[in-house]
Amino acid sequence: MNAPVLSRPMVNATRFRAAHSADWARLEQLVTLMEKKSIRRLSDDDLLALPALYRTTLSSLSVARDTSLDRALITYLEQLCTRAYFQIYGVQTPAARQFTRFFAKAWPEAVRSLWRETLICIVLTFGAAIVAYMLVRTDPSWFYSIIPEGLASGRDPSASAEFLRSTIYDKEEDWLLPFATFLFTHNSEVAIFSFALGFAFAVPTVLLILYNGLMMGAFAAVFASKGLGLNLAAWLMIHGTTEIFAICIAGAAGMRIGMAVAFPGRLSRMEAAVIAGRLAATAMIGVILMLAAAGVLEGIGRQTILDDGLRALIGTAMFASWLAYFYVMPTFRRGHVR
Amino acid sequence: MSASVAIQDRFRRAFVTPEGVDLRLELASGGVRAAAFLIDAFMMIVLLIVVTMVLAYMAVPGVEQVLAVLWLLGFFLLRNGWFSLFEMGSRGATPGKRLMGLRVVARDGARLTGAAVVARNAMREIEIFLPLSFLAARAVEGTADTFLTIFSLLWSGIFLFFPLFNKDRLRIGDLVAGTWVVSLSKITLSPDLVGIGAAHRRTFSDTALSLYGIFELQTLEEVLRLEQPEAIATVARTIRTKAVLPDDGDDYGFLSDYYAALCAKLESGLLVGRRRETKWQA
Repeated sequence: MNAPVLSRPMVNATRFRAAHSADWARLEQLVTLMEKKSIRRLSDDDLLALPALYRTTLSSLSVARDTSLDRALITYLEQLCTRAYFQIYGVQTPAARQFTRFFAKAWPEAVRSLWRETLICIVLTFGAAIVAYMLVRTDPSWFYSIIPEGLASGRDPSASAEFLRSTIYDKEEDWLLPFATFLFTHNSEVAIFSFALGFAFAVPTVLLILYNGLMMGAFAAVFASKGLGLNLAAWLMIHGTTEIFAICIAGAAGMRIGMAVAFPGRLSRMEAAVIAGRLAATAMIGVILMLAAAGVLEGIGRQTILDDGLRALIGTAMFASWLAYFYVMPTFRRGHVR
Repeated sequence: MSASVAIQDRFRRAFVTPEGVDLRLELASGGVRAAAFLIDAFMMIVLLIVVTMVLAYMAVPGVEQVLAVLWLLGFFLLRNGWFSLFEMGSRGATPGKRLMGLRVVARDGARLTGAAVVARNAMREIEIFLPLSFLAARAVEGTADTFLTIFSLLWSGIFLFFPLFNKDRLRIGDLVAGTWVVSLSKITLSPDLVGIGAAHRRTFSDTALSLYGIFELQTLEEVLRLEQPEAIATVARTIRTKAVLPDDGDDYGFLSDYYAALCAKLESGLLVGRRRETKWQA
């Protein structure tokens, strides 16, 4: 075939650019405005035009990919469509709705579905506490190998009963609020660690939970040996029911990730990790909130309320409300259907 | 996709919009992400220093406690909230990522949830903050021996270079949260190379136009757009030799005419379903 080649070849890209480049330019202008400022900067006309422009450009992209060989054109359309897509579909659910959804549904359901791991963590904590208690009661020198010196601040087996009593009941008027804040941030960091460390097949998380229990048991032994066991329990309970529960949930969240990575079941390891990770993260946001509540109880409640009975009552009430919120409320919502 | 395009597209991932068009997102490179992180870290440190100085300046007897609470909460929020809060926003990026043109996207194409953002950033604790703070604490006490230093660096190194060892450039946090970081480039529409009103163009025989495929056409397009004289001269010489055409002295004019003619020919092939990817294909 020796047909003469067209003297003025018109390629598809040229035709295409001529027909649609005005739309592309307008979309680009709107998207740039939204990226730099906000969607509120668009006029009503622009807002109405936006979806149509987006769809036009998107169809330009599909057509260009199939019929045009102008790579610069295709690259341009790809990036324009991507930017427009994220401006149009990338919007977040309104903050208020996310907020209510989290408290009404996501948080309690996440914690509820972690019940097995949470139970394991609680058993581990108290198991370790009992072991440490027995050890220190039989041989007080164990105390020093469990508790670092800085943390004990004099509350060791050699302390007198009066001193121990003073640590439970004396008001620390100074720096009450900063101290509560410090405890909250410190505990939160520990909780986040035990969550993040869960990735290593949950081993570090378990160690952290165990150590937490050991410390509790060692202190209990010291106070109990001076006949202050119940007083310590009340002192610990006012915030401890919330705090220890929160740490156990954080540990459970970490465990869930570690277990999902180790034993993904029918899912792929990646899918299992993602499902576990998102669920665990929801529970973790809640853990931080619980620790904030514990911090308030510890820093303010414990310093102002000195009665053992009241301390224990508040602690028990807090624990009961958490249990109701996490485990009873979701069942009611689902109408007892599992 | 041909092999050549596939290699270029190693870091492109399918991302289908509800309209059914694949946007083929480009994963951000390790270097760009590191740069974004360093910008964020720098901003956080500067912010911390400024706030600390302002609070220290404001400290008069009586309000110290409130200031201490503010500082502690501020530090906590900065350390744990900076990344999460910014990424939960509509931009899906921290200031550092925004500057580098990055965005966090859910791998399954769904909306990025708060839980996913929190999960990917909580993992930073073990990736960066844990070994660093451990090392810093020991260094202050003067007990950071060689072993500990090496261990911390090794630990951080594993997590730091993790994105380079998997095909999707995922951080541990991305892995657990089901996210990835994509690069959103901003480019303007470059001018049309062929144009409508070209009054008179060189014509080429069928044999001259059957030398190349789409890959070569697009390489030629790149050469024409870059307008580097040496590259243009070399390419023009090669094509003239292969097609046995005389040298008329106007390399750029020759190449753009050849480009237009070749493009038209290959496009007419597309219409009848013949897509010639490279010159090796008949």
